[in-house]
Amino acid sequence: MSTTTLSGRRIPASAEPVSAPPRGRRGWPRPAALQYLAISVGLIVAAAALWEGYKLLGAATGGKIPFTDLPLPIASSDLAMPHLWTIIGALGAPASSATSESLLSYLLGETSVTLREAAYGLLLGSGLGVLLAIGLRELPMVSRGVMPWLVVSQTIPLVALAPIIVIWVGGLGLPSWVAVTIISAYLSFFPVTVNTLRGLNSADPIHLELMRSLNASRLQTLTTVRIPSAIPSLFSGLRLAAIASVIGAIVGELSAGTGLGIGRAILSAAYFYSTGPEKLFAAVLVASLAGVVFVQIIAIAESLVLRRRTQ
Amino acid sequence: MTTSPTDTGVATTTAPAISLRGVSKVFSTSSGPVHALDDITLDIEPGSFVSLIGPSGCGKSTLLRVIGDLIDPSEGVVEVHGRSAAAARKARDYGMVFQQAGLMDWRTVRRNIELPLQVQGVGRDERRAKARQMLKLVKLEQFEHHRPRQLSGGMQQRVAIARALSFQPRVLLMDEPLGALDEMTREHMQRELLGIYQATGTTVVFVTHSVSEATFLSTDVIVMSPRPGRIAEHLKIDLPAYRNDETRISEQYFAEEAKVRASLHSVLDESRRAA
Repeated sequence: MSTTTLSGRRIPASAEPVSAPPRGRRGWPRPAALQYLAISVGLIVAAAALWEGYKLLGAATGGKIPFTDLPLPIASSDLAMPHLWTIIGALGAPASSATSESLLSYLLGETSVTLREAAYGLLLGSGLGVLLAIGLRELPMVSRGVMPWLVVSQTIPLVALAPIIVIWVGGLGLPSWVAVTIISAYLSFFPVTVNTLRGLNSADPIHLELMRSLNASRLQTLTTVRIPSAIPSLFSGLRLAAIASVIGAIVGELSAGTGLGIGRAILSAAYFYSTGPEKLFAAVLVASLAGVVFVQIIAIAESLVLRRRTQ
Repeated sequence: MTTSPTDTGVATTTAPAISLRGVSKVFSTSSGPVHALDDITLDIEPGSFVSLIGPSGCGKSTLLRVIGDLIDPSEGVVEVHGRSAAAARKARDYGMVFQQAGLMDWRTVRRNIELPLQVQGVGRDERRAKARQMLKLVKLEQFEHHRPRQLSGGMQQRVAIARALSFQPRVLLMDEPLGALDEMTREHMQRELLGIYQATGTTVVFVTHSVSEATFLSTDVIVMSPRPGRIAEHLKIDLPAYRNDETRISEQYFAEEAKVRASLHSVLDESRRAA
């Protein structure tokens, strides 16, 4: 009764597994990673060289554009553009005359407050963003009416909206970090919604036909096909949202009287700019590092989640 | 596994598994209506292996999708085991295999095969046991925990077939399932497919471009003509139910293949004359 076709014939050579060999097996960093590092370092060195080169140029021409009498667009003086070593040096020096804590340690402490607010904001915003995307996907008629309003929500200037949110949240008797978190969430939900919605709609037509042939319910199709298909797009959205959440938290701190956070630190450094311009630059430097850290965390989460798919 | 489902040439009195009466399909496009199918009437017997063959645009894929209730016909009636196509789909009568395997990258091979069972609410242990059984049938036991991308095209297609068979559907609908494979793998897969067909006794509707494939696999070959899609000829393949590599080089096989080829060529000549 058995047939030759079921007799355990050897699979032809063409049917061997064809997965790409894993890179970097020899214990060395992958060439791609080295290249990435080299480019990053190169860009930092180039930016530093431009900064200091511009200052040198200004010093040589007396603040004029070469061969003209026109002033340079940005003054190259130490007040407008402190030397890089002054900025780095300021990070190691005490934050103020009243304390022995270094500026770096102070700024990192403030940044951790901001990052916490931004993290809550990102969680809240991306959670809402995903739910909204699913709602818009399952109710396409509603989607057409709601989408323009979502766009409008993002064009309202944040500086106008932030104080309102602060007042409302304050009126409810909640601590000010709640307002900062809401502002951060407000800014971060949008990229998550847009990207997740695109991902939900990009499910493979074959998978959708398959689910239909199996008489799968809408919910089953959503959970077994659409949501898994949307994960890569979700992460694209999360990267943008991570940046937006940090910006939202910083702007939120400026409006809310939290007294804490890197946003407040930037504001007070700007206030005392004339007596220590390098402190403002140091604060901005640390704040931007915070954004980088956030995006890197998302990137690591993404590679962990998607690793098994692309093996 | 005791009786052969392919009694070619023997008149059967059983009710058809699939019955199409005056089925037409018109797609409205920006450049006007397109008649994909025109007045298709066809009976498919239970346990037969029916190939739909014809030039591009003859509506063979459309016909397959109408049978599977993935597309509604514009006119006509489709009955599957005495029910409407929609009722048959809802009763989970259909297993589908497409030209692309269409496996889900985010699931292991075994979990891909489990998908239809999961949709039907089968418990985890039973799902797992059935999936393992299917992996054995398509001889991929050792790839249970692999990801689809780690498999070759032929192996992926076997997983897709295992997935389609996992819930023992009464009808297997296959849309050029071997079309994307190289010649060697393809012939190997044809033998595998025949073995699975003979082991399960499922009714198969199979869309293909290949005359030799249709002849080797089928009990019936439906030759279709394009614009509008019509049935040009319904050929019975006069080969023994049990077929193997010897069959491919037999006189009888060559005669049957020539018959299919001649029919297809007359369709092509006619459509060229019409164009």
